[in-house]
Amino acid sequence: MRGILRIALKLLVNDRGKFTALIVGITFAVFLMVQLTSVFSGILKKASATIINIGASVWVMDPAVNNPLNSIQLPDYILDSVRSINGVKYAVPLYAGVALVKLHDGFYQPATVLGLDDASLVGRPQLIAGKIEDIFADNGFIVVKDEEFPKLGNPELGSTFEINDHRAVVVGIARVSSSTLFGMPTLYTTFRRAIQYIPSPRFTMAYILVEPKSSQDIPHIKAQVAQAGYIARTNSEFQQMVADYYKYQTGIGTNILIMTLISFLVGLSVCGQTFYTFVLENLDKFGALKAIGAKGYELVFMILFQTLFTGFCGYGLGVGLSSLLIAIAKKKVPNYAADITYFNLGLAFVMVLIISGVSSFIAVRKVIKVEPFDIFRG
Amino acid sequence: MAEVAVKAVDLVKWFGAEEVRTYAVREVSFEANFGEMLYITGPSGSGKTTLLSVISGILRPNAGTVVVEDKEIWRLTPNELADFRLHTIGFVFQDFHLFPKLTTVENVALPLILKKQDWDESLRLARKFLEVVGLEDRGDLPPNKLSGGEQQRVALARAIVSSPDILIFDEPTASLDGATGRKIIGFIKENLLNEHRCILIVSHDARIFEFADRNLKMEDGRIVEIVSGGISEK
Repeated sequence: MRGILRIALKLLVNDRGKFTALIVGITFAVFLMVQLTSVFSGILKKASATIINIGASVWVMDPAVNNPLNSIQLPDYILDSVRSINGVKYAVPLYAGVALVKLHDGFYQPATVLGLDDASLVGRPQLIAGKIEDIFADNGFIVVKDEEFPKLGNPELGSTFEINDHRAVVVGIARVSSSTLFGMPTLYTTFRRAIQYIPSPRFTMAYILVEPKSSQDIPHIKAQVAQAGYIARTNSEFQQMVADYYKYQTGIGTNILIMTLISFLVGLSVCGQTFYTFVLENLDKFGALKAIGAKGYELVFMILFQTLFTGFCGYGLGVGLSSLLIAIAKKKVPNYAADITYFNLGLAFVMVLIISGVSSFIAVRKVIKVEPFDIFRG
Repeated sequence: MAEVAVKAVDLVKWFGAEEVRTYAVREVSFEANFGEMLYITGPSGSGKTTLLSVISGILRPNAGTVVVEDKEIWRLTPNELADFRLHTIGFVFQDFHLFPKLTTVENVALPLILKKQDWDESLRLARKFLEVVGLEDRGDLPPNKLSGGEQQRVALARAIVSSPDILIFDEPTASLDGATGRKIIGFIKENLLNEHRCILIVSHDARIFEFADRNLKMEDGRIVEIVSGGISEK
């Protein structure tokens, strides 16, 4: 069989015009599919940035919350109520809000402010400069060094800015695993300072971060929180909820899906048609092979091999091109949201298999039907 | 008496539905022997190519039997039939049907590759057969760089590379000038015909009839005359 597949490969790659058209078609389709789905994954990841960066096991929130930054403040008694639930190791408040930061040059820059529990600093980021205890110093804020960092004028330790006429001092620079979706820099401070600096409604807690004693306690904690009229979500459930919100309630998911499908159809039509033409042009040769003694299944293998080879080459090139472009774009465009995941790669791979399968099917039908007698008749 | 290579008995082949049925072959019976170069000749539409297709296991007859080397071929399964063609028959098609995207030597090696022989060994043997047909220096060229006569010889090398017992030629001189045609057929008779091989040639080129051991003349799907050594038998 290896010899026949080698013949199939030579027939394919030596027809340079068609092979190039096939490769370009699949590469382009894969490039678009990976690009689009990666942008969507990037958006979803950035939308869940606060959840990922804080990293709490269980989040207690108002049932109407659909986005980490659109939190609905919780009354203080809920914190005590959660702390009293069996199976809760600890529960701490989290402040999440947006403040206008006045920079030295007089410009105002909106920033996300996260206020960590003063006693425990649960959810603190990993510092790359400064000391975490300095967060308790007067006016202490920690700045996250992500793609949005330059928007605060690339501050250093000791840099100052204003928040609502309060002086703020950078006491630490941190890194987090994901930056936020809306292009805002992130500041960490203590819960107490956050509510002192930023005008707040009657209630101040955006979320309660809960650490259960064990994962078996989570269903019980959820049930008890639900009885109080609130909802407790695990980290992954919260991320999934945010993803569902962006997928199904914002139109972003539908639009990305439509564009991905269009890319798939472009790839399918270019490859299907080119491969069909390739087979049509070689139909008499396939008939001759049949006459000489090639079996039907051998010709099917030849065609399958040709389409799969083309598909895999196009897939590799498409993924490579997409990765290169995303890497370059991420360096040049700070807010570029694209994240290549195994799911995206798998999805593109499945679509390439479908493109190869359909192209094979169209071609195989022709080849199976060709009669060696037609070769004799000329 | 020579051993029978191909025996056709009461072969019938028609095309089309009952109301528009066209008979291409009507109750044809004949025998072809090893060591014999048998011509099937006749005007266009007389059924000679259809007959050749039926006896080579390519086109199923509506009636009659074909026995090749004591094997009734139309009782074989499709895969067995493909194997039969691969191992027993060598074809030279009218239009050669060489793969332009393969080199000449790869074209010649095709039957060996289909027989699942080692790639390098197949190419080595193919080069040997290119030598036999005088094209040893053309092996690495694509067939479309060769002249018509050279392509004919490549097709010939492909047909004989797996040493089949039966060689089938469909209008072998149709695209060649008279001198080249005669040269090719002379070469075939001189070098490829032996007591273990039978050669069947379909042609309406009267210039090469002199090479035939026997000539089956067809008209309207029937054998109307068999000429052997210039003497008509029927």
